[in-house]
Amino acid sequence: MKSVLTVENVSAAYRKNEVLTDVSFQIKQGTLTSIVGPNGAGKSTLLKVLLDLHPSITGKVTFFGEKYKTAKSKIGYVPQRGSVDWDFPTNALDVVTMGQYGKIGWLKWPQKEHKQKALAALREMKMEGFANRQISQLSGGQQQRVFLARALAQDADLYFLDEPLAGVDATTEKAIMETLKMLKESGKTVMVVHHDLQTVEEYFDHVLLLNKTVIAHGPTNLTFTRENIRKAYGGTLHWMGEKR
Amino acid sequence: MFSFLSYNAQSVLFSTFLLGMAAGAIGSFAYWKRQSLMSDALSHAALPGVVLGFMIIGEKNLFVMIIGAAVTALLGAFFIQWIRSSSRVKEDAAMGIVLSVFFGLGIMLLTFANRMPGGNQSGLDSFIFGQAASMVSKDVWTMMIVALIVLFITVLLFKEWKIFLFDPSFAKGLGISITKMNALYMAILVLVIVVGIQAVGVILMAALLIIPSVSARYWTESFKVMVILSALFGGSAGMVGTLLSTFGKGWPTGPFIVVTASSVFLVSLFLGSKKGLAVVFFQQKRQRKRMALLEMTKEIEQ
Repeated sequence: MKSVLTVENVSAAYRKNEVLTDVSFQIKQGTLTSIVGPNGAGKSTLLKVLLDLHPSITGKVTFFGEKYKTAKSKIGYVPQRGSVDWDFPTNALDVVTMGQYGKIGWLKWPQKEHKQKALAALREMKMEGFANRQISQLSGGQQQRVFLARALAQDADLYFLDEPLAGVDATTEKAIMETLKMLKESGKTVMVVHHDLQTVEEYFDHVLLLNKTVIAHGPTNLTFTRENIRKAYGGTLHWMGEKR
Repeated sequence: MFSFLSYNAQSVLFSTFLLGMAAGAIGSFAYWKRQSLMSDALSHAALPGVVLGFMIIGEKNLFVMIIGAAVTALLGAFFIQWIRSSSRVKEDAAMGIVLSVFFGLGIMLLTFANRMPGGNQSGLDSFIFGQAASMVSKDVWTMMIVALIVLFITVLLFKEWKIFLFDPSFAKGLGISITKMNALYMAILVLVIVVGIQAVGVILMAALLIIPSVSARYWTESFKVMVILSALFGGSAGMVGTLLSTFGKGWPTGPFIVVTASSVFLVSLFLGSKKGLAVVFFQQKRQRKRMALLEMTKEIEQ
C-alpha cells in the first residue's frame, strides 16, 4: 500500500526544551493510527509540526510525496476542542461550512451547495438537528462532533485529530469512531492523538507510541505490547490491562 | 439632513460617520482577537509620531503627520511583541509600558513643538482630545477614503476574517496565511487609528474601537450582524458626538463621541436582545415560573 505520510528525523522544541527528537515514521494509506504516549510526550506538538503550525528544527515531512504547502488541500485537521473560543457568535452549520472555505476560494461567499455539503457532514455526525444551534449552546461532545463534521466537509484524504475523544460522552465517542472507521474503509487515512490506553486495541489498527521520539510503531496487535507501553511510559504507568 | 449646517460641517459629520463605521468594524475584529487594549496602546503610541512629523516639516502637514503616527504606532506594536516574546513580562504589562512611555514621550515632544515658531497656533493639542472642527477639506477627504478602504477590505475578505478570528490554526490548513492576515489586520487597525486621531484624539480613539463592538455583542449571535451593528454604532457615535461638539466653541470631539458611544452601550447592556440584562432577567423569571408549575403539577398528580 502507498505511503501517504513520511516523517524523517524531525526534531522540535519549545523555547529551549526539546520536545521531539529525531522522529521518523511512515503512514500507509487506509490506516487508522493512534498516537499514544504520556503527558508531555510531544503528541500534540508532533501534529502541529506536521501541519506547519509549529516550526521544526530539523527533519523532513512529506505528504503524498509532496510538501505540506502543496498537499494542504488533501489534509484535514481537527484541533483540540479547547483551542477555540466557543462563545464566538456563530452556529453549528456555519462552523461546518468553514470546512468548505478552501473550495469556495478567495473573495467569494458560501453558496447553497456549500451549505448543503455542510449539512450532509452534520448529518454524518448525527448533528443535523443542531444545525442552527449557537455553538456556545452545544455540549462538549456536540462541539467535538461539529469539529469533526467540519473536517469531513473539507473532503480530505488524510485526517489528523487531536484528542477527539477527550471528555466526550458515550454517544459522541461512538459517533466519532464510526465515522473514523467509515473514512478508513473508503480508503482515507486517519491519525488520532489518543489518551485512553484501554480503548487503543478496540479502536485502532495501528499505533504509534511516542515519548519525545518514536518508541514503537506498527499494527496494534504486534506493537501495543506490555513491553513497548512500559518503554513509552517509563515507571509512570500504573494501569495495566488484565490481559497483560 | 442637517441642512442647518454648512457644507463643511456636513462633510465633517459624514466623514466621522464613516470613520466610526470603520472603527466599529475593525473594533469587532479586535474584540475577538482579544486585543481591545492593543488598540488603546497603539493610539497612544501614535502621538509622538504626529508631533515628530510636525517638527520635521515645521508646519502642519497631515500626510507627514499620519506617516509619523503610523511609524510610532507600529513601533509600539513591535515593542509589545518584542517585550512579550523575549522576557517574562506578559502582554498586558507590555501594553501598559508601551502605552504610557510613548504617550509621555509624545507629550514631552509636544511641549517642545509648542515652543517652536508657529507651534503654538498649530493646533497640535487637538490631537490629544480630538477636534473635528479643526479639520480642513483635505483632512476630511483623507479620512473618508481611508475609512471606505477599510470597510471595503472588511466586506471583501469577510469569510477569511471570520475563520481567522475563530480558528486560526484551521484557517492555516485552508491556505489562509495567519502571518499575512495578522499583518493586514494590524495595518488597517493602525490606518484607522492614525486617520481618526485628529477627530477623536489619541486618548479616546480606542473607545471608538472598543465600545461599539462590545455594545453590538448584546444584540446578536451572528458574527456578520455583530460586525454590521458595531459599524453602525460606531458610525452614529462618531456623527452624533461630532455634532454635539459643534454646539460649543472649542469643544473637543473625542469626549462627546465617547459619551455618545457609552450611551449606546448602556442601552445595549440593559435592553440588548440576546445578552441584555433585562432579557436574561426575564428568561430566568420564566424559567423559575415553569419550574414552579412543574412542581405544582407533580404535587397534584400525587
